[in-house]
Amino acid sequence: MNLRHAPEYLAVVPEIAGAGPVSAWGLLRLRRQLELGLPLTPRPYEKLAEMTGLSEQEVMTAIRQWQAQGLIKRLGLVVRHRTLGYAANAMVVWDVPDSQVQDLGRTLARKSFITLCYQRPRRPPDWPYNLFCMIHGVDRQRVIDQLNMLIAEHGLEQTPHAVLFSTRAYLQRGGRYVSSN
Amino acid sequence: MRLDTTDKQLINLYQRDLPVCDRPYQAMSRQLGIAEEEVIERLQSLQDSQVLSRVGPVFEHSRAGASLLAALAVPDEQIDLVAARVNLAPGVNHNYAREHTYNLWFVMTAPDEDTLEERLDELEHQLRLPMLRLPMVEAYHIDLGFDIDWEALP
Repeated sequence: MNLRHAPEYLAVVPEIAGAGPVSAWGLLRLRRQLELGLPLTPRPYEKLAEMTGLSEQEVMTAIRQWQAQGLIKRLGLVVRHRTLGYAANAMVVWDVPDSQVQDLGRTLARKSFITLCYQRPRRPPDWPYNLFCMIHGVDRQRVIDQLNMLIAEHGLEQTPHAVLFSTRAYLQRGGRYVSSN
Repeated sequence: MRLDTTDKQLINLYQRDLPVCDRPYQAMSRQLGIAEEEVIERLQSLQDSQVLSRVGPVFEHSRAGASLLAALAVPDEQIDLVAARVNLAPGVNHNYAREHTYNLWFVMTAPDEDTLEERLDELEHQLRLPMLRLPMVEAYHIDLGFDIDWEALP
């Protein structure tokens, strides 16, 4: 493991209140283990403690602290929309003037059917788009309807954009940043 | 898989704010008015049937190591083959075919930026296909889970 760039999950170490130092290796193992999900047993945090060599209290404190730091965005059920019947998803990309991208990004991000919204660099000449959002829908038509609504509502008729429907999911799983692969 | 009302409630209530306490499933079971054991069984079965990919945290990717969205322009007849090779590359966690000249979109992750660049260089070298590297500049959404529109589902 490369500890030169101290990963953020280790920043929890000196901050766990009221306890002695916490094993950095234990936290690393916890971080890895959490990427695989919580054990479905009555005391999942105790189980994680056994697996990582930490105490149950340390596991819960670390998780709470990672949540407070924003390293964990949410803790809960991670739904596979495709299995549920959300058959269509489109990545919609826009070429927005740099001075407006932040405002539009924030506006789009508030829509309930938009699940992701990012600014990314343009790569001219092949890729002129700098704003990305993801629209999930039950079918293709519904996604298109939602997009058209969005365009009308925010006056985006003149904003160059492209709609990239997904045609096949080859792989979809949670990010694994610290595991060995 | 057909979900019943309790399954739907479970999903509606706990895409976020899963309790962090000794017995989280018991706390959830009280909210739902069922037994702790039943919560666990239901979660297991939702996971087995791939309705859930897991129960657990969603990490903020930009802060949990390095990650990057990349796209490849792949000749149509090669796309399954190339997708399989991308899946085998270390750190890939999403890989979708999309309708565009850049038709294969994947997310590559790594413990740090240097390793990420190395992994992408290696893959680009192996595949010899045009690749776009599109790191995140700014995220505008806050991931609170996604309100499932149960009525609209088939």
